[in-house]
Amino acid sequence: MSLLLANLNALAGGLFLITAFGIIATRQVQDCLRFFIFQSIFLAASAFVLGAQPLSWHLIAVGAINLITKPVLIPWVLRKMVREEVYTRREINQIISIPTSLMIALILAVAAYFISVPWLGAVGADGAVRINVPIGLAGVLLGTYTLTVRREAVPQILGILAMENGAFFAGVAIAPDLPVIAELAVAFDVLILAFVVGILTRTVHERTGTTAVGNLAKLREEPRQ
Amino acid sequence: MAFRITFNIMQVLVVMGFSPLAVGVLNRLKEIIQSKRGPSIFQPYRDLWKLFSKDEVISEESSWIFRVTPYIVFVTPIFVALLIPVLTSYPLFWAFMADMVGGGFILALGGFFATLAAVDTANPYGPMGASRTRMVGFLAEPVFIIVFFTVSVVANSTIPFIVQQVWVTPLANFFKPSHILLLLAFVMLILAEKGRIPVDNPSGHFELAMIDEAKDLEYSGRGAALMKWGGWMKLFVLMIIFLNILVTPWGLAANLNWGEVFLAIPLVFIKVLLFVVLLAIIESWLAKLRLFRISEFMSAAFVISVVAMITSVFAR
Repeated sequence: MSLLLANLNALAGGLFLITAFGIIATRQVQDCLRFFIFQSIFLAASAFVLGAQPLSWHLIAVGAINLITKPVLIPWVLRKMVREEVYTRREINQIISIPTSLMIALILAVAAYFISVPWLGAVGADGAVRINVPIGLAGVLLGTYTLTVRREAVPQILGILAMENGAFFAGVAIAPDLPVIAELAVAFDVLILAFVVGILTRTVHERTGTTAVGNLAKLREEPRQ
Repeated sequence: MAFRITFNIMQVLVVMGFSPLAVGVLNRLKEIIQSKRGPSIFQPYRDLWKLFSKDEVISEESSWIFRVTPYIVFVTPIFVALLIPVLTSYPLFWAFMADMVGGGFILALGGFFATLAAVDTANPYGPMGASRTRMVGFLAEPVFIIVFFTVSVVANSTIPFIVQQVWVTPLANFFKPSHILLLLAFVMLILAEKGRIPVDNPSGHFELAMIDEAKDLEYSGRGAALMKWGGWMKLFVLMIIFLNILVTPWGLAANLNWGEVFLAIPLVFIKVLLFVVLLAIIESWLAKLRLFRISEFMSAAFVISVVAMITSVFAR
């Protein structure tokens, strides 16, 4: 792989990681969704770059499927299923303040590097794998962290989807010959996930009048009036 | 040797001469974006002329710090201009006097004295602005350190002239994540350090909301002129560091002769103008953050710089 492509892949990785932080750091559901869209685009970019040289149609197909499902179909489904007022400018009530949670997220990202770089060296992995695997692992960890720290339904879904993005980011480098059918299955899975959670969110919204699921942790004797 | 000394002094003259023009263009552009006509781009020069020809009033209760500070604020960007490649891509006479950390220290020294002088006169707004500037400053400090660390690890040197030559050769290295992400973090640093819009409003006249401007409220006449000019030079020097070392180390003189150095002046100024356009767009596009949101802005910058570091340094 030429130096330019290697650098572009690494750049897509860096921006991918930043969007993962962005999903944690933003206050508005709308911006969260935007960061997720950008993250998926960077994932597809990495797949295209890795598939360009040596030419691998599998990876290019993976990138294309990603580009269709995640930045286009999933936001569309989420917008259809969850009411518009959720997306309008609303500040999210977070458990931990944003600077603190960014610092925790940073520790997670650095930990991902410290875990993965030694064994990548031991395995003797080459260029793209060394870049993609730590970033993918960090993406999974940050997605998990989003899931735990957010108290709003839609960002929680985006956390799950971001975890999936992270797994794929590592996957495109490790298994470039993954059958396209597997990727298609995963893409549908993710879409169904968005559907199901969308319906669930809608129901929660109808029952309780809010999608701030963090408030649903306490048991009540009778439903709120 | 004589050439190197002369060119080094020319760098200082360029910074002194063109920094008011850059600020004038920036102010004019912002007004044009707001569909107003705006002051002439030479207005900063007229302001300086006006302030220099006025009398200076100094409070009897103030100490020597208040009197000395305008000169320190004025001189520190000049020292930094000696260290960095403003016009030439080869080291000049004083280039090895200090490295990037030294340059950062010199700039911070000016800020330190400006803070002390703001507290000195017991004007209620001065200390408030000064303490806020310190808050922004210490939030910016870790970002500065990580940026310098990454730059010097990638380039294997902390001397700006050497960094500038290694950074973008071969050209494919322009797209390194460490490079692009550090550019992003550095722009955020310039915005925070010079009190531009998402952090502070430089054209605001409301003392309670001031951060950076509150420090020179008490100055008049020559002192005010030096403080203002020093501030503009600091912005100019930061832009030069950003443009000539980090983004586009092209268009500088490569040989020791007068022609190339004179040719470099318009080329560098064109780069500065392009950056000024970017700055004007950012300032018109974003709103000023609330004071307690600044920490979020700075932690975003910190995250970006750390990501730049881990994707380039750890993954080797």
